[in-house]
Amino acid sequence: MPETKNLIIIGSGPAGYTAGIYASRAQLKPILFTGEEPGGQLTWTTEVENYPGFPEGVQGPKLMQEFRKQAEKFGTEIIDAKVDKVDFRVRPFKVWSADKEYQSRAIIIATGASANWIGLPNETRLKGHGVSSCATCDGFFFKDKDVVVVGGGDVALEDANFLTKVTKSVKIIHRRDCLRGSEFLQKRARENKKISFVWNSEVVDVLGEKKVSGVRVKNNQTNEESDIACDGMFVAIGHHPNTEIFKGQIELEDKAGYIVVHDDTRTTVEGVFAAGDVADFKYRQAVTAAGMGCEAAIDVEKWLENYEKVIAKEADKKNC
Amino acid sequence: MPQELTLTDQNFKDEIKQGITLVDFWAPWCGPCQQQGPIIEELAKEVENAKVGKLNVDNNQITAQEFGVMSIPTLIIFKDGNPIETLVGVHQKEDLKKKIQDIAK
Ligand SMILES: Cc1cc2nc3c(=O)[nH]c(=O)nc-3n(C[C@H](O)[C@H](O)[C@H](O)COP(=O)(O)OP(=O)(O)OC[C@H]3O[C@@H](n4cnc5c(N)ncnc54)[C@H](O)[C@@H]3O)c2cc1C
Repeated sequence: MPETKNLIIIGSGPAGYTAGIYASRAQLKPILFTGEEPGGQLTWTTEVENYPGFPEGVQGPKLMQEFRKQAEKFGTEIIDAKVDKVDFRVRPFKVWSADKEYQSRAIIIATGASANWIGLPNETRLKGHGVSSCATCDGFFFKDKDVVVVGGGDVALEDANFLTKVTKSVKIIHRRDCLRGSEFLQKRARENKKISFVWNSEVVDVLGEKKVSGVRVKNNQTNEESDIACDGMFVAIGHHPNTEIFKGQIELEDKAGYIVVHDDTRTTVEGVFAAGDVADFKYRQAVTAAGMGCEAAIDVEKWLENYEKVIAKEADKKNC
Repeated sequence: MPQELTLTDQNFKDEIKQGITLVDFWAPWCGPCQQQGPIIEELAKEVENAKVGKLNVDNNQITAQEFGVMSIPTLIIFKDGNPIETLVGVHQKEDLKKKIQDIAK
């Protein structure tokens, strides 16, 4: 039988590491699974300009390394692996990672969100050969080339603006005829001579044998299809919460699958808490994710004080 | 203990021409590459039947271009100078060990 832990934290973004800092300082001896993306979404970006305490800005990957160090310093046990399966129907809860079973009285889910893909077969095939979701990583390979950005939100506009620094031209392909999001970013994109817009259009295929040579778009007003020649396609069509492994275990919101929380960080299973982008579709910022990670750790600490009572009450219910 | 090799446009062909070499194409500005880096360093210390190297695409564009690298991190496993397997995106250590074992067979 594996030893029963007080707390398992799933995820290593700002929410997970902050929960680790608070829980380890509270002597809960938490274990934290990093998942396949140690440090979370911020490691995909370069400069973070709005995290308090860094007036000069800070590199996303660097910031997340510091988060990790701080969690480790107070005794968070960090395991660089992903959680494959959970069982929240038993007490203590069970968690499996790399075929090993772990048990814990409380859980904090901080699995965040991941970028959406369009979902086309040729998009998958050409990933790394002109199809990308990381403009800051891959823009470099498209010097003096023509590229398209798919999407119309802030990330799409940020990406397009960034890409104009190296590429010859950037076309933003958007399924509506207007933009939402930040006025500042919209204005900057409209004034940038290298950026043009393809409105009311959806990418229906990615063209090219060994690498991207163009995209096929369909105008959703006229249903007409046309090809746009380009060397790269950057996809920025939002994010989805990483809740696949929790389906059927706790309540998820119908539309996109975010974790439903009540009374701050509590999920529909007592003892399972959630923090960060996985439960928050409104703010989605590093500082709010960190804040919620702190809340979850404090909520866990309080909840564990009554653990024996919770167990006794549940046993009572089963007996009658 | 073996350390990862620093590959450049100049020494690349020589370093990979014999045996199995896993090469991490990376750049300092790329976030996911910062995740891959430490994994590669550990891998270099732990594998015996292969060399492990890093190539900074910023300074060594000829080699990156030759192998069609358009996204980083990209990992390519070479055997006797020929690319055998190309992996795009961050990969975990155990995964990479297994890929190397399979190619060594
Ligand atoms: C390109 C980009 C730029 C951004 N810029 C900014 C910015 O400038 N300022 C700002 O405030 N915010 C920014 N954000 C948003 C910010 O990154 C997120 O709000 C924040 O990272 C959310 O933190 P989180 O802890 O909830 O989850 P995430 O950062 O999404 O981390 C989720 C973690 O869960 C892990 N995980 C997932 N599944 C499993 C599993 N099965 N088992 C174990 N672990 C798992 C992952 O490996 C990852 O470590 C940006 C986001 C992106 C994509």
